[in-house]
Amino acid sequence: MAVGGIPCRLHGVGDPALLLKKLPQSSWKEDPLPMTLLLDSLFNGISIGTVLLIAALGLAIVFGLMGVINMAHGELMMLGAYTTFVVQNAFRPLGDPWRDLYIFPALVAAFAVTALVGLALERGVIRFLYGRPLETLLATWGVSLILQQFVRSVNWVLALRLGAFAVLFFGGWWLLSRRADWPRLKGWVLTLLLLLSTAIAAVGGRVLAQTYALAVTQPWFGAQNKDVTAPRWLGGGIPVGNLFLPNTRLFIIALTILCILGLYFFLQRTRWGLRIRAVTQNRAMSACVGIPTQKVDALTFAIGSGLAGVAGVAVSLLGSVGPNTGQNYIVDTFMVVVVGGVGKLLGSIVAALGIGIANFVIGSGTLALIFPNVPILTDTLNFFATTSMAKVMVFALIVAFLQVRPRGLFPEKGRTVDA
Amino acid sequence: MALSFNRRQVLKMGALAGAGAALGPQIWVKRSVPAYAQGETIRVGILHSLSGTMAISETSVVDAEKLAIKEINAAGGVLGKQIEPIIEDGASDWPTFAEKATKLIDVDKVATVFGCWTSASRKAVLPVFESKQHLLWYPVQYEGQECSKNIFYTGAAPNQQIEPSVEWLLKNKGKEFFLVGSDYVFPRTANTIIKAQLEALGGKVVGEDYLPLGNTEVTPIISKIRAALPNGGVIYNSLNGDSNVAFFKQLKGAGLGPDRYPSMSVSIAEEEVQAIGPEFLEGHFAAWNYFMTVDTPANKKFVEAFKAEYGQNRVTNDPMEAAYIMVYIWKQAAEKAGTVEIDAVRKAAYGQTFDAPEGLVTMNTNHHLTKYVRIGQVRSDGLFDVIFSTDAVEPQPWNQFVAETKGFACDWSDPAKGGRYKVS
Repeated sequence: MAVGGIPCRLHGVGDPALLLKKLPQSSWKEDPLPMTLLLDSLFNGISIGTVLLIAALGLAIVFGLMGVINMAHGELMMLGAYTTFVVQNAFRPLGDPWRDLYIFPALVAAFAVTALVGLALERGVIRFLYGRPLETLLATWGVSLILQQFVRSVNWVLALRLGAFAVLFFGGWWLLSRRADWPRLKGWVLTLLLLLSTAIAAVGGRVLAQTYALAVTQPWFGAQNKDVTAPRWLGGGIPVGNLFLPNTRLFIIALTILCILGLYFFLQRTRWGLRIRAVTQNRAMSACVGIPTQKVDALTFAIGSGLAGVAGVAVSLLGSVGPNTGQNYIVDTFMVVVVGGVGKLLGSIVAALGIGIANFVIGSGTLALIFPNVPILTDTLNFFATTSMAKVMVFALIVAFLQVRPRGLFPEKGRTVDA
Repeated sequence: MALSFNRRQVLKMGALAGAGAALGPQIWVKRSVPAYAQGETIRVGILHSLSGTMAISETSVVDAEKLAIKEINAAGGVLGKQIEPIIEDGASDWPTFAEKATKLIDVDKVATVFGCWTSASRKAVLPVFESKQHLLWYPVQYEGQECSKNIFYTGAAPNQQIEPSVEWLLKNKGKEFFLVGSDYVFPRTANTIIKAQLEALGGKVVGEDYLPLGNTEVTPIISKIRAALPNGGVIYNSLNGDSNVAFFKQLKGAGLGPDRYPSMSVSIAEEEVQAIGPEFLEGHFAAWNYFMTVDTPANKKFVEAFKAEYGQNRVTNDPMEAAYIMVYIWKQAAEKAGTVEIDAVRKAAYGQTFDAPEGLVTMNTNHHLTKYVRIGQVRSDGLFDVIFSTDAVEPQPWNQFVAETKGFACDWSDPAKGGRYKVS
């Protein structure tokens, strides 16, 4: 509430250094085992990193392999999270053993839904824009806004209107396109179809809304966040000495490993994987040897989107499920892909874990404990030991790193063809 | 299409234009009464975000305002006229708020505007309302330090939410506080106040951390809380929006429950509890002026009317109640003034009382409401048990814990005093 506002004239408010002097470090120092501290940082860093990684995997394929900047990636994650919500609610009435198992069908459903949306996005928008990164960026940004507003305002009326419009318009198109004189008719028939199907859908929706009122005009999800609860067996955690490993984090780590293995197997060991790698390296040459590059593009994009859906399931266990869920991740995921180096999965993995550990070590003030006797250093590090300042520090480090290695950790070597 | 006219078309158009010119004024400029009172309705503006980040909170406030307007209209309207709401979308974008405010005032000629949620949007429209000498009603608890002649604030000032809740925590839950907030003006101001207050009352701040808005990675904060409060303690939470969901889900995942780590939140109301999931919040605390479970006849009526209008699964919360109040206070002021003219309404609003769902509230000459402070504990059904409530608390827009504004007050009924004067 009362977000933002004019930075005020109050004392101390804008000066984190003052606030942080009071941060206690004593309880850390009492810890007799630096090992625990190390393990704690490692585990927490990895758990932050895996969330980044699972969110970035799909993007690593789409951006890394295809060179498409998909700003709607976060929104595909959001759709995955909403799918989890729907599946969870469908399983709730089933009773006890089932309601805690919803997470597995949710993973499959989220992958399927987002892969289909991704496919539609590729066929409907992106394929017209290959090789034009700026236009893709803008178009997918627009798509992301549409998707956000869609989940906010979708209700039965809107859904049926869209359905009716799609059936009438594309059905009519398909029927009429079989006529011999189609090319001649095309222009005005499509205009007429567009107007007609819009009008029918609009009027139909209105009638529906008036007849059934609240039942059909109430939004499915609305602007509010939705509540996704992790299954009970993911509720607790495993205490290891002074450490506490939450089960949800362990689950996400396992899921990420599984996704990476699956992706690796698919790209390296299957025929379509081979084709994807071929197209990535040299599109023209691949087309010459008979690889259907259009199908490969669509498939790659669908898989990337599907992985975003799986990531959506994962983040719904940790954070919010709402129209803005995706926006919270988009910057971080691009960061991972850019640092990792475009085109290499290994790069994304190392980058995600590195950023995760850096984030935790800086943000929790652990770093300052390594140099307890150097006051200047300790003060500086304590200054950065809040979550928002840690983010500043991590971004600064990334900028510095990209000065040294502009193409990321593991740049693609060899004679690749851009665009 | 090429534009070309032949003589006949030009004649036709000329004739039409002539007829229009002759008839137009007859139709549209019938009476010289003020535009907002023309015809049978009085127009009012509703200016909230219906899209974008803030839609999550502001759409339900619009619902409450529309409900109040509908009720007033059903009871005969204001000054014998029906109220016609003109709803504009600020789109969570502060310049858009200013633009739409200008449009409501200049084009729609509204009698008053109900709107805004974030301080940023309020600060963006403030110059518009001040330069046009118009009137905004603002329904959300905020950080204070403002007292405009052209705004009525019906949410809590800091001394009507934060300060009583800190006192209660000290008395009942412990003396060691960890402060968590989103990284912007409201939580930082709130925490400045809390720190000053704790120092005065013998409490202790053992740690403090801020998350950027929308950030959902709370692992470092939870590690810090565990380190700073190894044996449990109070968490004072002024996080906002999505971060709350992540914070409470992961707090529970890390095994930090409300038995040892009770938290007090100032931005979590019934709607947010539903969205986060009651199971993550059960047993935690929140401070507000109003909860859906407040036991007053006016509240029973309000909740029933709201559910009948928008569906049985809907909940009401504090900003919605404040929004509901402000429409009624404006109506009462207009009726007392006998007009909807801005300055008359403003003066008539002073001293207006309303039997609100939270209890009897009074509009003060400092443009803030006298309100009640309550502390609620989250139940398993996602509503709150009201476990503590105060008598009516007078609002203090200028904070008395902050050096620059200590000793200042606001009184718009006296032109000599105005928005900020030193109390002698």
